[in-house]
Amino acid sequence: MRKIIVIGAAALLAAACSANTAGTPQADTSAAGGAAVAPGKDATKVGFIFVGPKDDYGYNQAAYQGSQEVAKAFPDMEVLTAENVPEDDNAARVMNSMIAKGAKIIFATSYGHLDAALKVAAEHPDVAVVQQGNLITGTPPKNAGTFFGTVYEPVYLAGIAAGRATKSNKLGYVYAFPISQTLDNINAFHLGARSVNPKVETYTVNTSSWCDPAKQAEATANLLKQGVDVITQHQDCTATVIKATEAAGKYTVGYHADASSIAPKGWLTGSQWNWGPLYTDIVKTARSGGFTGSKYNANFRVGYKTGENPFVQSPYGPAVDEETKKLIEKARQDIAKGSPFAGPVVDQKGEVRIPEGTIPDYETIEKIDYFVSGVVGTLPKS
Amino acid sequence: MLLVDVLAGGVRGGTAIMFAALGETVSERAGVVNLGTEGCMLLGALGGYAVAAETGNPWLGLLAGAAAGALLAAIHALLVVWRNADQFATGLTLMFLGLGLTSLYGAAYVGEAAPGFAPVPVPVLADIPVAGEVLFQHDPVTYLAFVAAPALAWWLRSTKGGLLLRTAGERADALHVHGHHPGLIRALAVVAGGALAGLGGAQLATAYAHAWFEGMTAGRGFIAVALVIFAAWRPLRVMAGSYLFGAALALAPALQARGYALNQFALDVLPFVITLVILAVLGKRTLRAAPEELRRVFQSAPSR
Repeated sequence: MRKIIVIGAAALLAAACSANTAGTPQADTSAAGGAAVAPGKDATKVGFIFVGPKDDYGYNQAAYQGSQEVAKAFPDMEVLTAENVPEDDNAARVMNSMIAKGAKIIFATSYGHLDAALKVAAEHPDVAVVQQGNLITGTPPKNAGTFFGTVYEPVYLAGIAAGRATKSNKLGYVYAFPISQTLDNINAFHLGARSVNPKVETYTVNTSSWCDPAKQAEATANLLKQGVDVITQHQDCTATVIKATEAAGKYTVGYHADASSIAPKGWLTGSQWNWGPLYTDIVKTARSGGFTGSKYNANFRVGYKTGENPFVQSPYGPAVDEETKKLIEKARQDIAKGSPFAGPVVDQKGEVRIPEGTIPDYETIEKIDYFVSGVVGTLPKS
Repeated sequence: MLLVDVLAGGVRGGTAIMFAALGETVSERAGVVNLGTEGCMLLGALGGYAVAAETGNPWLGLLAGAAAGALLAAIHALLVVWRNADQFATGLTLMFLGLGLTSLYGAAYVGEAAPGFAPVPVPVLADIPVAGEVLFQHDPVTYLAFVAAPALAWWLRSTKGGLLLRTAGERADALHVHGHHPGLIRALAVVAGGALAGLGGAQLATAYAHAWFEGMTAGRGFIAVALVIFAAWRPLRVMAGSYLFGAALALAPALQARGYALNQFALDVLPFVITLVILAVLGKRTLRAAPEELRRVFQSAPSR
């Protein structure tokens, strides 16, 4: 018996280890020579992979909901989904198994899924592979692309609400990693707040994890101790920070989802996802055979300036006054013509990074690797 | 003040680790290592949060968390004591089982609201400078932990139950002679240890993070196992060590909120690095403090 258990446990461990290091299976041979087929044309199946659970009240849930809207929009299609897909070779394995089941369009929805997505795209020229949130360097292959909203635009608007609500002129930001998306959000939030409150400062704490509720609790406690009275975050699970802020009687700006139900007093506003329309349009484009050369066969970004941003502002809470709502509405119109990062943008050292009168393009903004002046915190070296 | 914030954070964050490490102490003092502590904590966290959400009573949640941890540990006791299974293999397997079960059944409670424990400042004491903020402005579960470690130390040293448990870990044969069943005592110790680990998990979910999320213990169960060696199987040292490791986890956010950069990862490995250093420096001498029966389990090191 003892031996059996030892062997069983060893097998279990081995399985767990190999699952993390498993190489990609051999490329599907049916794809060979299929270069003439337009990627994703007449697809009957589409696959979605998510880095977390589909009900995390955050990023992954929003992406999952988007996938379900695709299912509704195309009743003749089968939508395959896979949760908790890590950002390593496992992702390639999962995507390959979806392709083996007949999927001709693949959505890799996490930032870190890009490498695996590009690998899969190279192996299957007949499959359209799109990745959410990252950037392909150089010219994308004919059957791949990335897409995203300009997340930082509604974050900028929420920053206005924060800048108006704060009494201590100290805002707090709990974030995971210093990736460009997050830096854009923090900077935009601060710039939004500063546009209505020149004295405001934004304090940052990073947790080095997309979801570690205990670390979030500690981060929030420390921000509150610094006198911060509005807290927002860039985390995959958001409840801990919001509840702790509400319990302290301070204001919350949400991210990913409308969480006003757990912060009935302190909820200001927030930003949340609405992926359905964009996902549906990508699938439509690929099925028609027109993926290659389309706007989705590139690093596609959409914002207030260019169309329907999949990232929208959450409903207001009771603490937001009419004057603030008007300021936000005006700013929204200004962004549609300009940008939250319209120059001059000055970094923490006082160096001008975007000169006065310049409106940077989406790609420039996504390459921002500094905090703007007024943000308190040093970027961790990662 | 930085020091106050870090120490207060150490007490907040160290509590879950302490409950789990006290549980591991009980188990190991009876001669059984439970590497499944992380799994017990996870079951405790989910059980505690789910019951608090369903009943609206966080105290019932705490009890449920302890029960859930005890249940997983009971499997360990059954396999190790009754079936003489390998302690390390069984423990690790149970850790994976706990992780899998809670991910599977916990999905419904992600994002679900549940009542939790709020800070209750202790009258008068809470106003003492420094010490008041570090020790007396917490939730009731944290205060419970203040009592738990000294109580366990006293129980082990001064009661008949404590003596029996220690004897099971030191001289199991002697128990036989006196008509006791060392197996039964060990099994009870493992189950009680699991209950304490479950309590730690429930504290994490209902008093600290106020949320359930899969894998939310994030290795704290393993910190607890390492800590017991570091603390030489003594409850009061476990208490001190828990707060020390808790403070290490609290240092990064406290510094960052003041504008300094500090890599969280570097501090996350600190408990394990300290334990490894102790093991490396003391080598076999680590085991001097170990219960005799446990030493037999540990001394399966390859001969040179």
